[in-house]
Amino acid sequence: MSEPLHYKSVAELSSELSSKKISSVELTQAVIARTKAVDAKVRAFNSFDEADALAQAKASDERRSSAKTLGVLDGIPIGFKDVISVKGQPLTASSNMLKNFVSPYDATVTQKLKGVGAISWGRLNLDEFAMGSSTENSAFGQTHNPWDLERVPGGSSGGSAAALAAGEAPATLGSDTGGSIRQPAALCGVVGLKPTYGLISRYGLIAFASSLDQIGPFTRTVEDSAILLNAIAGHDPMDSTSFKTEIPDYRAELKKRKGPWKLGIPKEYFGEGLDPEVTKAVEDAVSFYKSKGCEIKEISLPHTKYAVGVYYIIATAECSSNLARYDGVRYGHRSKDANDILDLYFKSRAEGFGAEVKRRIILGTYVLSSGYQDAYYVRAQKVRTLIRRDFLEAYKDVDAVITPTSPTPAFKAGEKAANPLAMYLCDVYTIGVNLAGLPGLSIPCGYSKSGLPIGLQLIGKPYGESELLSIAHSYEQEHTWGTRHPNIEAQKGAL
Amino acid sequence: MNDYEVVIGLEVHVQVKANSKMFTRVKTGFGHPENTLTDPVVLALPGVLPVMNHAALDAIIKSGLLLSCDIAPYCKWDRKNYFYPDSPKNYQITQYDKPICLRGNVEIELPGSARNVMGEHKLIPLTRIHLEEDVGKLNHAAFDSLIDYNRAGTPLMEIVTDPAMQSADEAFAFLTALKTVMVYGGISDCDMEKGQMRCDANISIRPKGQEQLGTKVELKNLNSISYVRDGISHEILRQLSLVKSGGKIVQETRDYDGQTGTSQSLRTKEDAHDYRYFPDPDLMPVKVDEAWKARLKAECPEMPFDKQRRFMKEYDIPYTITSVLIPDKSLSDYFEATAKLCGQAHAAGNWIANDLLREIGKSGESIDQCKIKPNHLAALIKLITAGTISTTAAREVFSEMASTGELPEKIVERKGLTASASSDDLETWCKDSIASDPKALAEFKAGKDSAINAFKGPVMKAAKGKANPKLVDETLRRLLAL
Repeated sequence: MSEPLHYKSVAELSSELSSKKISSVELTQAVIARTKAVDAKVRAFNSFDEADALAQAKASDERRSSAKTLGVLDGIPIGFKDVISVKGQPLTASSNMLKNFVSPYDATVTQKLKGVGAISWGRLNLDEFAMGSSTENSAFGQTHNPWDLERVPGGSSGGSAAALAAGEAPATLGSDTGGSIRQPAALCGVVGLKPTYGLISRYGLIAFASSLDQIGPFTRTVEDSAILLNAIAGHDPMDSTSFKTEIPDYRAELKKRKGPWKLGIPKEYFGEGLDPEVTKAVEDAVSFYKSKGCEIKEISLPHTKYAVGVYYIIATAECSSNLARYDGVRYGHRSKDANDILDLYFKSRAEGFGAEVKRRIILGTYVLSSGYQDAYYVRAQKVRTLIRRDFLEAYKDVDAVITPTSPTPAFKAGEKAANPLAMYLCDVYTIGVNLAGLPGLSIPCGYSKSGLPIGLQLIGKPYGESELLSIAHSYEQEHTWGTRHPNIEAQKGAL
Repeated sequence: MNDYEVVIGLEVHVQVKANSKMFTRVKTGFGHPENTLTDPVVLALPGVLPVMNHAALDAIIKSGLLLSCDIAPYCKWDRKNYFYPDSPKNYQITQYDKPICLRGNVEIELPGSARNVMGEHKLIPLTRIHLEEDVGKLNHAAFDSLIDYNRAGTPLMEIVTDPAMQSADEAFAFLTALKTVMVYGGISDCDMEKGQMRCDANISIRPKGQEQLGTKVELKNLNSISYVRDGISHEILRQLSLVKSGGKIVQETRDYDGQTGTSQSLRTKEDAHDYRYFPDPDLMPVKVDEAWKARLKAECPEMPFDKQRRFMKEYDIPYTITSVLIPDKSLSDYFEATAKLCGQAHAAGNWIANDLLREIGKSGESIDQCKIKPNHLAALIKLITAGTISTTAAREVFSEMASTGELPEKIVERKGLTASASSDDLETWCKDSIASDPKALAEFKAGKDSAINAFKGPVMKAAKGKANPKLVDETLRRLLAL
């Protein structure tokens, strides 16, 4: 059975483009039509520029007809989380603060993708300034999970995950500070990769927490993830924290590495709060690897219990400073009834930021304050080092770590909105990876009885994306979870 | 007043002369149209990141080496968080607890007892030097405030002294000496009018013999070296009279107005900011290895006071001349080149300190732009010594060189300035001159050798300046000996 265009993988679309079975304009039109058909219900997009996308598609087709095509991504539309700059397009961070802001420059990943002919397609919704786990914190309305429109798509890159699951883009980009790619990927049944800190330039990504943020792809398959990673990885002189390292051909490497691998199961990740259906799906995945000759070892990451606490100190400290620039002076929201400069700051920020952003700025300001900094920020940095050490210690014994991505499948919208702490615990399995700077991947590993996707998290060694993708690929080759699609048409739109 | 002593520490900001800003590629500059030296990084647009300017780090390490600082093997970048519209990110990237340069000192010279007497030299110890980024400029109009971000992000060094100076004169001498070192090192032009050097002073007084420092007052906006001296003097007097009248000095920051010579309180200690310093996660720490330091050490010029001492010793030129030459590195280099070429340091020093400086003062040129190069001046001095031209003719050649840049020999030839009077004429003029001044003749006969000079003037006048001075002297002596 052939998939409709809007549900085909990047690899398939790419080969259809190169065999001229389809044109980029046709593909882009299909994606636009699908988006127009379903986005009123999913609300994954903050905005899209149809004419601009079609113009890019036309240019791609022209390159192809004159044999000047730029490679495997030429002509493929890719959606951007609305925190990644695309020159001349809105850049809102789903915040009233940047409601009317248009970026005058391209992020490095944008430049790289344009350089290989990919089409920048639309601005995807998120929790305001990437702060949240449900995409309910968007100033422009929540995104709905295509599998059950009454549920959240996860967050903060909920728009990126939902758009992909709903067939509104063949691939999307997100960013992950504490799980913001992996958790929505799990909740929407797609593949989400958070690369090693430093693998992908952050230049042009609106900063939430600089030492944790990484851009990464959402894709239908692991192979697609490798294709996108090939395009966006690599050192950037514009980002001092980007690492100078050999970038392999991730897609070619996929087929070379066959295992068997030594896989670690951290006992701390299978405790209280884990949904039994998720436990079962992850255990089945572990059994699969065992059946393939992988050695499964129980490991311990003893400092895991501190991860959420450490994260909410470091991430908020950094965001309190990173978001100081949104002051109503040079760009962004400026209060209309300010009397003096202090009043302008107070009112512009009070009006421009939502509740969760304010909560985190206040928390971060507090933990950096003189008299409290040693007890919170400095201490948290030390524990962060211990968390990283836990992983590096484990990697002396194992090639990768397997955990659930999210403790539960998608929850109902509004269910956790009133309880920030419950919301913060959504990221309990993903946060350690950011603190340790490691690569983490979420792939579909089953569905709950009610038909909601469940994600499996694979955590790799620093800059070990090749191996990590191969481990995921070997699983994906023998499972069909990722080929299921939600039935949006049958669902009534949620409010 | 004599029962109190003054303690002064300075915080000096020096803009590093760099092609681009501290954390982005856009150019630095002064006097450009507003907001033209900006880019997304300078304006702190969403998503931008800083990238360190290595040349600026070179400059501060070089400064540290020149000022005998310890160069930290490891330094890092911190964010200083505060809201103000001249700071686009609302934090400043600076170095908080790991500055690149620690300790070190600046050699200063205090005023001597007279202009031609060298004053006392002292070493003023430094606490630290760190690198940070400058802020933009606010222009307050009637109803609006306008912001120019051209200056924002310019590499800026902060040089902090120990509380080790005891008078306004010392502070003045400190800034003068520091500026000279910075200019020598090519680190900054330290033009205070262009804001390239800015100074805040911490001033306190304490009863003599008391170990503990008194309550300090920070004085801001001292925007010329003279204002620094005036402002500090004013503050010392304010504190002394306050204490004498039974008042209490409060820790505060005061704004000094150089125009009116008054100061007023800006804020007291209670309003102090909590800057919430923390390491900037966008920037990596920097390791400074021995090879890096060695490369910069090799670029370090001779220090100004070392040069002065050497000039006085090696060339035997007076302090007054050296104190004209030394503050300007180009001028002292000019001197040294000329002295080496002509072998006559005294003459070179005098020509430069008098004629050359007057010439460039007149034209407003810098020494490097002046058409008279060391080889020109050296050749001129040689012509005078050889007796080929008279001093009068030499001055004419000098001004001609200044406008044409020709070699002196060419000018002498073109203008026929060679001391070329015939020996017959010379004999006649000499005889006439001796005959017309019996008083000088008597003095000379009585053994006063210098009386001979009285005869030379009329000879030169008769020769219209073209007589060879050496030959005139010889002829006069021959005739007088008859």
